[in-house]
Amino acid sequence: MRYNVSYMEDIIIIGAGVTGSFLARKLSQYDLKVLVIEKENDVGNVTSMANSAIVHSGYDPLPGSKKAHFNVKGNAMYTEIAEDLDVEFERIGSLTIATSQKQLETLKDLLKRAEQNGVEAKLLSAEETKKLEPNITPEVTGSLLCPSAGIINPFTLVTHCMENALDNGVRLLLNEAVEDIKRVDGHYDVYTSKGVYQAKAVVNAAGLYSEEMASAIEPIEWTLKPRKGEYFVLDHFKANFVSHVLFPLPSEKGKGVLVSKTTSNNYIVGPSSEEVSSKEDFATDAMTLANVRAQATLMVPNIPFQHQIRVFAGLRATPSTHDFIIEPSKKYDSFINIAGIESPGLASAPAIAEYVAEELLGKLFELKKKENWNPRIKPYVKPMQLSQEERAKLIAENPDYGTIICNCEKVSLGEIKDVLSRSLPCNSIKAVKKRTRAGFGKCQGGFCQPRVLMIIAKHKGVSPTEICYDKLGSNILLEESK
Amino acid sequence: MREYQLVVIGGGSAGMAAAISAFDKGVKEILILEKGEFLGGVLNQCIHNGFGLTYFKEELTGPEFLTRLSKKVEERGIEYELNAFVIGLGKDKTVTYISPKSGLEKIKAQAIVMATGCYERSAGAIAIPGDRPAGILTAGQAQLYLNEYGYLVGKKVFILGSGDIGLIMARRMSLEGAKVLGVAEIMPYSNGLNRNIVQCLQDYGIPLYLSHTVSRCIGKERLEAIEISKVDERLKPIPGTEMRFECDVLLLSIGLIPYNSLLDNLGLPTSNSRGAAVNEHMETALPGVFSCGNVLHVHDLVDNVVVEAELAGESAALYIKGELPEHEKKLKVGPGNGIGYVVPSFVDLENASEKIDLKFRVRKPSKNVYIDIKQGDKSIKRIYKMSIIPSEMEIIKLPKSLLSNDGGDITVSLQPKEETL
Repeated sequence: MRYNVSYMEDIIIIGAGVTGSFLARKLSQYDLKVLVIEKENDVGNVTSMANSAIVHSGYDPLPGSKKAHFNVKGNAMYTEIAEDLDVEFERIGSLTIATSQKQLETLKDLLKRAEQNGVEAKLLSAEETKKLEPNITPEVTGSLLCPSAGIINPFTLVTHCMENALDNGVRLLLNEAVEDIKRVDGHYDVYTSKGVYQAKAVVNAAGLYSEEMASAIEPIEWTLKPRKGEYFVLDHFKANFVSHVLFPLPSEKGKGVLVSKTTSNNYIVGPSSEEVSSKEDFATDAMTLANVRAQATLMVPNIPFQHQIRVFAGLRATPSTHDFIIEPSKKYDSFINIAGIESPGLASAPAIAEYVAEELLGKLFELKKKENWNPRIKPYVKPMQLSQEERAKLIAENPDYGTIICNCEKVSLGEIKDVLSRSLPCNSIKAVKKRTRAGFGKCQGGFCQPRVLMIIAKHKGVSPTEICYDKLGSNILLEESK
Repeated sequence: MREYQLVVIGGGSAGMAAAISAFDKGVKEILILEKGEFLGGVLNQCIHNGFGLTYFKEELTGPEFLTRLSKKVEERGIEYELNAFVIGLGKDKTVTYISPKSGLEKIKAQAIVMATGCYERSAGAIAIPGDRPAGILTAGQAQLYLNEYGYLVGKKVFILGSGDIGLIMARRMSLEGAKVLGVAEIMPYSNGLNRNIVQCLQDYGIPLYLSHTVSRCIGKERLEAIEISKVDERLKPIPGTEMRFECDVLLLSIGLIPYNSLLDNLGLPTSNSRGAAVNEHMETALPGVFSCGNVLHVHDLVDNVVVEAELAGESAALYIKGELPEHEKKLKVGPGNGIGYVVPSFVDLENASEKIDLKFRVRKPSKNVYIDIKQGDKSIKRIYKMSIIPSEMEIIKLPKSLLSNDGGDITVSLQPKEETL
């Protein structure tokens, strides 16, 4: 059913990945009517969810490129963002590892590149590297340390970002895929699977599908190719098995297979890098993962893969231009494409959003700041980080914080009810998982998934058969038993 | 700070049995901490029968079995708290737990029995290839959804792994009207109890594909199909042997792992079972802390869990009374040829009773073999077995009189019969 909503938005953002969400938040501080349309059942659910979760320093992109510019600028913004949005973020620094004399020479070139990009970097000797990373390969000949590189929780980064945007007046539609965009009488009609929405300007932040969105307006000269990366996740078996983000030397295919700890004290190993034909191909395969493992082992020989708890694959949208595409369409200043945001997209997103808002949309709209804009998210209770006295008090006030639902990650009922009650819709088991970590541990939801499902059903007042794992249609329960 | 003589962590069959036996040995100040809403742990969802044959000498369902134990707990007035989750365990035997009722409590125990059970190996742990849609669940999850919540997870079912829960669920879902298309087992032999192969698969005409594994999952939102392949000796799928099954759910029954996090966090040594290394009294390397049941090693029969837990409870009582002194001399016990793990990992001869239970599993099915128990290089006991399989735990009662304190380490191994003649 199509219906015409005779309401003119100032700006429609297509896509609620990390870029769309940062843009929504940025625009939420101005007196503008902003609508975000997302095809998935949650925000940050495709490329923004399945990546290395690294805020890169920016030593690696070609000097002068958009990647270099936005990466370095975005990286610097993250300290404040993490604070305002209450997102786990830690500048643990990266080490790019050389394992031969020849590679040492390349490191020197990379150091120069870092200097050109304005990134703090320092060459370390083999001994210095081993001291920082005792589990590094004995073949190490040296490394490049970039202290500004950080690890981040990519799930709450996007959910908190959008939640903050919603709290400040932005509106969001989930489960609506944009099917067509038409320029009509100086504005845009955006056709979705459910309706038509009108806006004075459109920002295309549709990730893998931004090519299709852009093509709805005019023929385009760039293309996007989905490139798949497969990863391993290890349980928190030991603190600081590695304590920096460890990269091999970058190649044409990207930054290579990295080994890093994560903000949750897990370890991540990956990605592979392989062009695929489908934008919906998130399958993992044994050969690729074996290769990832072999590559990682060259850098860190004794990775304890017996602690592996999950494998996953993500797709990044690799542009034919080899650089981010952030520009208005040729015909209309009011149709802006943000496309090809592959790595270092996470690091760059806040700077891209600022540029698009202030430089591109700022030409079209008066950016009048709201008086009551609040950059900070409503605080999240983190029982695990409280002192015992504080935690006892919390449970006395709200006994739900005393009921543990996820045994492995020790997530309480109170935390789950909290995320179900916020401005940002939380519709699925995966949405709960991304926000609270329930199901992220070594049993992978073996114990808590059924309980989380029942909690969501009860909270929403629907039958448990209606609860999805992730997308609409991914229901877990088929029917009531006989 | 509240103080107890004994704190039992986990109120399933092991925890209840340990508490009951400690009580009967004179320990009266006991607290059982159970994370769930009921005592009984996983037995609550095991509504099938087959429990209790050796312990109660009659065939019971899981809930019947647990009720017998929980009645004994109630009769003795043993204190327990439900929805109580232990968040910290100190080497000084302080236990910190939270619950909606108590808030956050730190209590002190003279002795602790760990009885936290095990968890199911997940899809992620074995990196099942292909898509990751909804409809890939552990057999235990499907069992909980069906038996406790009353919902069916699928109608066309395939099962990976021939562990007992998977076999039980094959029958259970068939009875619910689902079509179970098959069970794939990567090993050339089944990993479930023989009686379950017969009663849960053969009686329902469900094929068992040995030396096969799932080589691909296919589906966007929900699972639509899987592909299984035959595997080579290195357990790798052989290209060209793929068989496709259209199914809406894949259940995993690919192994259980002791949920030993609390002791792992203390840095206590573990054995090959992935549970704590214990002595003949089920005492871990931390004196006064005992481990039993599936958190120590995964059992196939709850009857054996109860017997082991009773020993842990009695041992805790001895410890509390000061009758379980620590001696420097300990004999190491370990698996030799063909054996996966042995419980216990140590024997303190001075404390040991007349007979010591050695529990172990073989790595693969064998016929016509001797179980050979050696101390040092010397064979001290051998037992002939016509047939022995990994899915059934072996228990040998080893007379203490065969061991000497200067005889060296104890090993359990398998020897083909021919060689021994």
